Parts: sequence; C-alpha cells; structure tokens
Amino acid sequence: MEATQPRTHYLNANYGVRSWLLTVDHKRIALLYLASITVMFIIGGIFAGLIRLELLTPAGDLVEADTYNKLFTMHGIVMVFFFLIPSIPAVLGNFLIPMMIGARDLAFPRLNLLSWYIYVLGALFTLWAMLIGGVDTGWTFYTPFSTMASNTNVIPTALGIFITGFSSILTGLNFIVTIHRMRAPGLTWFRLPLFVWAHYATSLIMILGTPVLAITILLVGLERAFHLGIFDPALGGDPLLFQHLFWFYSHPAVYIMILPGMGVISEVIACFSRKGIFGYSFVAISSLAIALLGFLVWAHHMFVTGMSVYAAMIFSFLSFAVAIPSAVKVFNWTATLYKGSISFQAPMLYALGFIGLFTIGGLTGLFLATLGFDVHVTDTYFVVAHFHYIMVGGAIMSYLGGMHFWWPKITGRMYPEPWAKVAAVIVFLGFNLTFFPQFVLGYLGMPRRYHVYPPEFQVLNVMSTAGASILGIGYLLPLVYFIWSLRYGAVASANPWHATGLEWETPSPPPTENFERTPIVTQDAYAYDTQEVQVV
Amino acid sequence: MSERAAASAHQFDDAEQQHDASTLGMWVFLVTEIMFFAGMFTIYVAYRSLYPEGFAHASHHLDVMLGAINTTVLITSSLTMALAVHAAQVGRRGALQIFLLLTIALGSTFLVIKGVEYAHKFHEGLVPGPWFSYHGPDAGPQQLFLSIYFAMTGVHAAHMVIGIGLLSVLVWQAHRGRYGASYYTPVELSGLYWHFVDIVWIFLFPLLYLIGRHS
Repeated sequence: MEATQPRTHYLNANYGVRSWLLTVDHKRIALLYLASITVMFIIGGIFAGLIRLELLTPAGDLVEADTYNKLFTMHGIVMVFFFLIPSIPAVLGNFLIPMMIGARDLAFPRLNLLSWYIYVLGALFTLWAMLIGGVDTGWTFYTPFSTMASNTNVIPTALGIFITGFSSILTGLNFIVTIHRMRAPGLTWFRLPLFVWAHYATSLIMILGTPVLAITILLVGLERAFHLGIFDPALGGDPLLFQHLFWFYSHPAVYIMILPGMGVISEVIACFSRKGIFGYSFVAISSLAIALLGFLVWAHHMFVTGMSVYAAMIFSFLSFAVAIPSAVKVFNWTATLYKGSISFQAPMLYALGFIGLFTIGGLTGLFLATLGFDVHVTDTYFVVAHFHYIMVGGAIMSYLGGMHFWWPKITGRMYPEPWAKVAAVIVFLGFNLTFFPQFVLGYLGMPRRYHVYPPEFQVLNVMSTAGASILGIGYLLPLVYFIWSLRYGAVASANPWHATGLEWETPSPPPTENFERTPIVTQDAYAYDTQEVQVV
Repeated sequence: MSERAAASAHQFDDAEQQHDASTLGMWVFLVTEIMFFAGMFTIYVAYRSLYPEGFAHASHHLDVMLGAINTTVLITSSLTMALAVHAAQVGRRGALQIFLLLTIALGSTFLVIKGVEYAHKFHEGLVPGPWFSYHGPDAGPQQLFLSIYFAMTGVHAAHMVIGIGLLSVLVWQAHRGRYGASYYTPVELSGLYWHFVDIVWIFLFPLLYLIGRHS
C-alpha cells in the first residue's frame, strides 16, 4: 500500500532547526528527548567504562580514590536522573501514548516542549558541575557529608537534579491528563493497551514522588549555601531524616524506571505470541499496585542505619508484598507465551531477556528485603548487581526492545533484523558476564565504592570488566544500524508486525495529526484471536 | 497550564474538553505542590516530636501579631480572588481587573509584612548559621526551628511571588479583553493556585506561631 508519490508525514512536514526546536508535536519532542538521553547515556557509559577499567586490577593504578568517588557518583547521577527516568516515558511514551489512545497530541503540547527544555537545562547544569571538577557524594547525596564535609560541586549538581525533576513532573502531569481526557470514542479504561496503563502508574509516581526529592535536595542546597541547619547533627538535626525523605522518592524512582519497561514487554510479548495478554486486567491493575506499594518500602535501603527494629520488620514485610504484583506480571507474560505462535524477532529477544533478568533482579531484591541477609550484604557488590539487573537488565533491555519494536513506526524504516538479533544476544551475554560475578563478589564480601580490593577478588572483577566491554559493543551496534537504517533500511509498512493497537493503523511514519480522522474503538486491546489471518 | 487560544487548541475536540483537561491539569499540579510542602511538614513533625520544648520556646521568637495580621490579609486576598473569578464568569471585565489588582495588592502587603518579620529576625541574630546569636540551653533545637521557619515561609513566599506574577499577566490580558463569560479558564486556574498558597499559610501560621505558645 505504499504510495508512489512522497507522502506528507511528521518528519517531512517542515524542515529546519526552528521547526524542531519550537515544535509542539509530541512525536518530534520524543525525538528531541531521544537525542538528548542518548548523549547522556554515552556520557554515563564512559564513566561506567572508567570504573570497570580501574577495577580490572586490585591496585588503584588508573585513578585516585577521590577521582573514583567522583566517577561512580557521576555515573549514578547521569544514568538515573538523565537517562533511566526519562528514557521510556519521554521517548516512547511521548511518541506513543497519544497514538495509542487515538488522540492528535498530548493534552498540553507546549508544556511538553517546556519539559524538554527544562530537562536540557538541568542536564547542562549537571554537566557543567562535572566539567568544573565533579561531585563525590554518591548519587544519594547523604547528609551530613553532602552538606558539611564534601568540598566538591554539590550545589550545581543538586540544582541540575532539582531542575530536571520538574521536567519529570510535567511529563507525568501531561500523561495523566491526556489518558483521562483524550481517549478516542469507545476506548474504555479496560481496553487501553497495557503500555498506557504502565505509563499511567509511572506518572502517578512521578507527580507524587518527585516533589519530595525536589524539596529535599533544595534543603541540602540551602544548608550548604545559607547554613540553614535542617539536617545538621550538631544542632540535633537527624541525617536519617534526610535518608527517609531521599528514599521516599528514590525507591519509587526504581518503579519509574521499570514500570514503563513492563508496559513495553506486554506489547511485545502479545504481538510475537499472537495472543492476548493472559489476565489482562490483573496485569493492568498490578501496575497501579506496584505504584502504590512502591511508596511504602523505602526504608529497606536503611536497615543497618540504626532505625527502629519494628519499623524495619514492617518495611521488610512490605518489600516482600511489592514482589507480588511484579510476580503477577511475570507469570502472566509466561502464561501468554504458553501455546502462543512465538516468533523470535529482535524485540521478542529483548522481551524474553527482560523476563529472565528481571526475575533474577526481583528475586535478589527479596534476599535484600530479608533483614538478616541484608545486614550481611549491605553496601556490597551484591546490592550493585541486584539493582543493575533491574535497571540495566530490566529497564534498558525493555527500552531497546521497545525501540526496535516501534522503530518502523517512528522512522518509516526497518532496522536490519539479523544484526539486531546478534546485538540482542551480545547485550544479553555481555550483561550477564558483567553483573553475575558481582553477585558472587558481594556475597564474598567485596564492598562497593572502593577503587582497590583484595587480590583474591580479581578473577571475578576481570570477568565483570570483560563483560562490560562486550555489553558496550552490544549497545554500540544498535546505535550504528539504527542510523544506517534511516537511509538504507527497507521501507516499513503501516503495520510490519501485524500488531494490534491504534498506533499501527496509521501510516509509518505517522502524519503530524496522527490520524486522518479520530478512530472509534470497538474491541479490546490485543484482539489477536479475531485478527484476520495474515501471511507474514 | 492553560492553553492560551480562546478557540480550542488543535489537540482538543471542543472548548469543553479543553476546559476539563486544563482544570484536571491544575489539580494534578496542586497535588505535586502538596507533596512538595509535605516534605517540609514531615521534617517539622519529626523535629517537633523530638524537641517539643525547644520548639515551644523557639516559637516565642515569632511575632504573633504580625503573623495574625498576615493571615487576615491573605484570607481577604482569597476573597478578592474568588470575586475576580466570579467577575470573569459573569463577564464583568472592569470588576475582574479591580479584583485582580486588589488581590495583587493584598499579596504584596503580605510579602512586605513578611519582609519586616525577616528583618527583625536578622537584627535579633535569629537567622540560622554562623551569626546565630541565641545561646540558651536548647539553642540547637531552636536553630532547627528557625531553619524550618525560614525554609517553609521562604518557599511559601516564593509561591506568593509566582502567584503575583501570574495575576499581573491576567490583569494585562483582562485589560485587552481576553476573558469573558465564554472563556475564563486561566482566571479560574490561577484562582485555584492562589487559594492553595493561601491554604498552605493557614497551616503554617498555627504550626509555627501558635502551638506550644502557652508553655
């Protein structure tokens, strides 16, 4: 059904820098985000590479201890605040939510553009702080070190994170209003794609959690700049109070990273199994349950701080409870695969990888929620391995899976499938080689955040560093072939995967207004069983 | 938060959908504001329960009379704001401008009085930090209290400044005849914001000035 004469779509509707920097089209803003988070990902990746390089040998022969502190701090800050949190929501969510609900745009297009500018401003502040010497507090900014002891650039970094937080808040606000008010006729809540449900839950966390981080980090800044003494132990202030407030956002922030990924996986699993998601409503509601319970588990980051034992027991129990809705998702995806017509395209490889890695990351989370075990491995590489299984094995795998799945829709071009499969396998292997040895290292007692370690840990560290280089290649491949495909990739049809979903009913790439006329929805999401049989 | 065009913007089907969406957006924004202040209220509660006496003593440093006057000023400004919204809804453009200007004037009065209070604290050496000059038995908790006082009232005042900025834009746009009985969403939403900032003060005043004062 390819038209012979060039068709007008959102990419060729107009040209020039102004048409991009002043655009209010959610699809173009998604691409602005894509470019900026890719830059931040590369910067964060370079920090990670330097960390792994230093840890190749037991001695501190590449960087000084102080430099190492700055490296892991800036790796964490860049990856968490400037890549993982905006990644799927701001790129894929921005592009897809209006299309999936049959709307012409988000509810507040100019606010959407503003949130990108705010993100860029925050990123520039943080990068500037790094250029003038960096910051060494860890991404957690624990007081009183961050307020009184550290002589690095805490204020500009904190300001950068404070500013970027508003970008996240505005994105969440925009999504919530859009999903409430802009759905096409007939698109009831329980007909929504699970991707939209996941983003709704994510947006709730963004608007409820982010302001708390904002005020906390603002108070740290005020304490450094004007000597307000809110967390100062000398005045009777409580540094643990800072940790409570920090984790009240920063634990739910993990769900900001993983929930959108779960939304991607639901779409991909359904499409490449040719089946509706098993237990759709349970998967939908489990996103909300994760968002809610995720707010009640923050103090499991603080079991060894001397907080009340009874509080620790309650937080331990609640941390186990939040595993239930996550497990509901994993079991339901698995049940969807059962007797499905499975095909192993690249997005599906990432999705299957996600399920395995997320399961390992989630189950080791239960180890850490267990009070006795947590005391043993607190601040060891076990914790590092656990959260990288969630953030890298979970969030980035699903981000890459989603990018492959919707790349034809976004660009109108197919990526090269063989290369994509190779890259997916390389990422999976490289990831496991990088982070599985860290579980063992942590269990054996290697602490995190040191640039030197006893020689008996070297073999496992060499494995980890080798894995990181493989993983790096796995990440570079998509960067290369995605760009290659823009020019040389096969032209994509409107629906190359024969997937359900309104976004596939409009041409690739979509016109600026998304749909020629507002679609009317008459059936559930994932109606793969009623879809007419098509030969792929 | 509000879409500017009087006719509905392209992404909306009609003006009603646009009004609904803008209103929901404002309420969601106010939820984020509640969480923003909630962080500080949590800190207040935690320290008040740790140091009840220090906090009770420290609240004597605050001027109840000025605080009470400011409370009255702010509540009155909420009234004029509500009247401004009403004037917009019934399309009385002159009254709209007058009530908006009154609200701005009352808000500015609040800020001036707040500034006077800050100046007193400054002269009395009650600003936390190296120049804090009070050295009684519970100097530490008292400094905590005053840190919270400056943080909370300072952030509140910043919200007032933003509110006054918003209302000034409204006055100018009302002057140009943008608002009438058929389109007044920005006036209504700015009103919601103004009332929210007012309500925050309604909590701040008793928590900071009144509780524990008799002891």
